[in-house]
Amino acid sequence: MTQLALVIDLNVCVGCHACVTSCKEWNTAGTAGPLTDQNPYEKDPTGTFFNRVQTFEVGVYPDTQTVHFPKSCLHCEDPPCVPVCPTGASYKRAEDGIVLVDADKCIGCKYCAWACPYGVRELDQQEKVMTKCTLCVDRIYDASLPERDRKPACVLACPTNARLFGDIHDPASAVSSAIRDNGGYALMPEWGTHPANHYLPRRKTEFRIHPDELKRVDNPLKVDGKLPKPAPGEPALDDVTTW
Amino acid sequence: MNPAWSVIFLTTLLGAGQGLFLALYAIDVGAANGLLALPGPTFYVGGATLALALLVTGLFSSFFHLGRPERAWRSAAKWRTSWLAREVIVLPAFMGAVFAYGAAHQLQAGDRICLWVGAAGTVLCIALFVCTAMIYACLKFLQEWHTTLTPLNYFLLGSASGFTLASVLAALVAPHAVNQLAIAALVLGALAYLGRLAALRRNARLRPMSSLATAIGVKHPHIEQKAQGFMGGSFNTREFFHGRTRETVRAVRWALLVLVFPVPAVMLGVSGENAFLLGAAFALQYVGLLAERWYFFAEANHPQNLYYQAIS
Ligand code: SF4
Ligand code: SF4
Repeated sequence: MTQLALVIDLNVCVGCHACVTSCKEWNTAGTAGPLTDQNPYEKDPTGTFFNRVQTFEVGVYPDTQTVHFPKSCLHCEDPPCVPVCPTGASYKRAEDGIVLVDADKCIGCKYCAWACPYGVRELDQQEKVMTKCTLCVDRIYDASLPERDRKPACVLACPTNARLFGDIHDPASAVSSAIRDNGGYALMPEWGTHPANHYLPRRKTEFRIHPDELKRVDNPLKVDGKLPKPAPGEPALDDVTTW
Repeated sequence: MNPAWSVIFLTTLLGAGQGLFLALYAIDVGAANGLLALPGPTFYVGGATLALALLVTGLFSSFFHLGRPERAWRSAAKWRTSWLAREVIVLPAFMGAVFAYGAAHQLQAGDRICLWVGAAGTVLCIALFVCTAMIYACLKFLQEWHTTLTPLNYFLLGSASGFTLASVLAALVAPHAVNQLAIAALVLGALAYLGRLAALRRNARLRPMSSLATAIGVKHPHIEQKAQGFMGGSFNTREFFHGRTRETVRAVRWALLVLVFPVPAVMLGVSGENAFLLGAAFALQYVGLLAERWYFFAEANHPQNLYYQAIS
């Protein structure tokens, strides 16, 4: 069985919010839209988004690390938000594991949002129905798009390629190997929701310098050393002319 | 959570209506077994009408909770999995039973029929208590709610207020039943109070299962949010936190501790058959129950709040 999901690499996310804006742009005009805004240019602007990027500081100053953390529906394999929905508006697709809301059935009771521990469902204030990430279900299967564009808008927008998209049940997929090889993990595993989306942890980026890189052992002319200094008064425009 | 008045009124009004029905039926059973003098049909018919009025008002208030109330008819569909859908089915069934019970007494249909209809109503009444409470108790990561004390307290608090209301009614139309009803209201009130105290105590000692470390998956004891991703509010900042000061919350807690049982208990004790005093006891207890329900929602900490600790 297929389970489509995002794998988000926290090691390369730079917190630019490109995924947030491209998501909003695509989905406000797509089948899940509109995602309305209230007071967009006034005091206290607010609106519906499927995806948010948050920033956390780990550690105590000065030994801190900044973690940019994109958050959207995790398309849980055992989604607590689905069985509680009284109307059946919230459902999980059997064929690809995407969790969706049928906007025509939703009564806006908010129960599913209460039942999601991750806070990724948002009730649209104007439409009065529940909204959430659809994994861009209206574009990933769109045969009129070129193959390489059949991905969620956020994945295509990410400038650092921090977002991978694929089937985590296919052991050969890029997302599965990323989870396997790079320590992919799920959020709040304590609630047994089995989120399909995974996150890749920050990794230590080390710059190793070996002695033979400082002093070239294979230097044939054996002339490595200090550069000759121009005598005072001699022209020294730059390194090249002093040679 | 951010307490919603629609849900507070829904649950407290239903509770009082259900409790009132249970009180009517208890008197009915007692009278049929010769334990008390038989009150006239006015007591039952008036009681059933009052109970129905409470249920209808509660149902009406619940519509204000919905974004799309015009589609409310859809909400019974998933009764196999959703306690909310089950409540949506059981509530009208129970209303029907209360109506039938009142009608049976009005038409003097005879003891046997009244008792059978009442028995069916009692089953539905208990089922409704369970459905209403399980809507909250089944959410396991709302740890404050995920306990058997939740259905127990919904049952006891609702019954206590219903019996208090029944004693007011009895003072007006069946004075000889006032004593028994007031005593039953006192016992149920005491049990409800104990149950609520137990829940308060349990919740004060809860240790949250989720933390920022599990929320973002970074295993470090010191994590601080620097930005939640937006400057203005969102559904997430409005729906899941009450946004009141600690003092307000503490004041509501005191209101519930004083008004749910101690004050009405004293009034029930001294009022005898005085309908006015009994009515005041019910009114104060109902205010206490509103405070109780507000606090019930406010005290629940949703794990999603972990993601919304700092604006920027
Ligand atoms: S992340 Fe929340 S909304 Fe998405 S499937 Fe899981 S429980 Fe449901
Ligand atoms: S808000 Fe809509 S999708 Fe969510 S539980 Fe209610 S009816 Fe279902």
